[in-house]
Amino acid sequence: MFNRPTAALAGLLLVSAAPLAQAADKPTDPQIAHIAYTAGTIDIEAAKLAIKKSKTKEIVDFAKDMERDHVAVNKQALDLVKKLKVTPEDNATSQSLTKAAKEERAKLAKLKGAAFDKAYIESEVAYHKQVDSALETLLIPSASNAELKSLLETGLKIFQGHEQHAEHVAGMLK
Amino acid sequence: MKAGALTLFGALALAFVARPVSAATIEVTIDKLVFSPASVEAKVGDTIEWVNKDALAHTATVKGGWEVMIAPKSKGRTTLKTAGAVDYFCRFHPNMKGHLDVSP
Repeated sequence: MFNRPTAALAGLLLVSAAPLAQAADKPTDPQIAHIAYTAGTIDIEAAKLAIKKSKTKEIVDFAKDMERDHVAVNKQALDLVKKLKVTPEDNATSQSLTKAAKEERAKLAKLKGAAFDKAYIESEVAYHKQVDSALETLLIPSASNAELKSLLETGLKIFQGHEQHAEHVAGMLK
Repeated sequence: MKAGALTLFGALALAFVARPVSAATIEVTIDKLVFSPASVEAKVGDTIEWVNKDALAHTATVKGGWEVMIAPKSKGRTTLKTAGAVDYFCRFHPNMKGHLDVSP
């Protein structure tokens, strides 16, 4: 009597085990939304610090550009998750990003003048490289919703532009 | 009456012929960080109307030349003053590029 339901349950478990195993390395859409939003917030926080600390026009202008663009992109991301009725889900990637950013900000906060400018712009180049590569290799290929994928693809173009912009500013400081 | 009408017609025709070729307005759309069309042929005196569909501010910047700021979801205008071929880009997103061929 119990045999058949048990077999059915075992069968179900077997079927659901495959997507679960995938979920371990491939983020889901709610996780991707959370990672993208977190990455944006981190750059906004870094920009605010630079606007407060730097006396160099190029750095302050760049930071204002970063703040303005990332606020605009994060607003689009929030509008999209609301429309799709997706609740962004916290995850290990978001947490490690936040932790690393906190350490980076603490490091930057101790610096002044030219040393701050140099460290900030170099961290911006590195950070955008890291985000662009995550978008290209993991987040965009993993996104299943077409609108989310499209927003991430536009995001990638924006952040590749930021990377070039940051490299240009870094070059000017030398 | 008839002669008057003819004179009026003649004056209109003359005005039409004598009027210089009017300057054109050429639309360049920005959508998802792409200038479209990417390459434009224009004449001195023409106006480029930049239509920014993105939620981000962009610029059309000619290195060592002019720059126009195009606010998010709005339009900007540039009247072309000098002839020549110029490459332009967005200062905030240097991977956005476009080209203008301006004839005299």
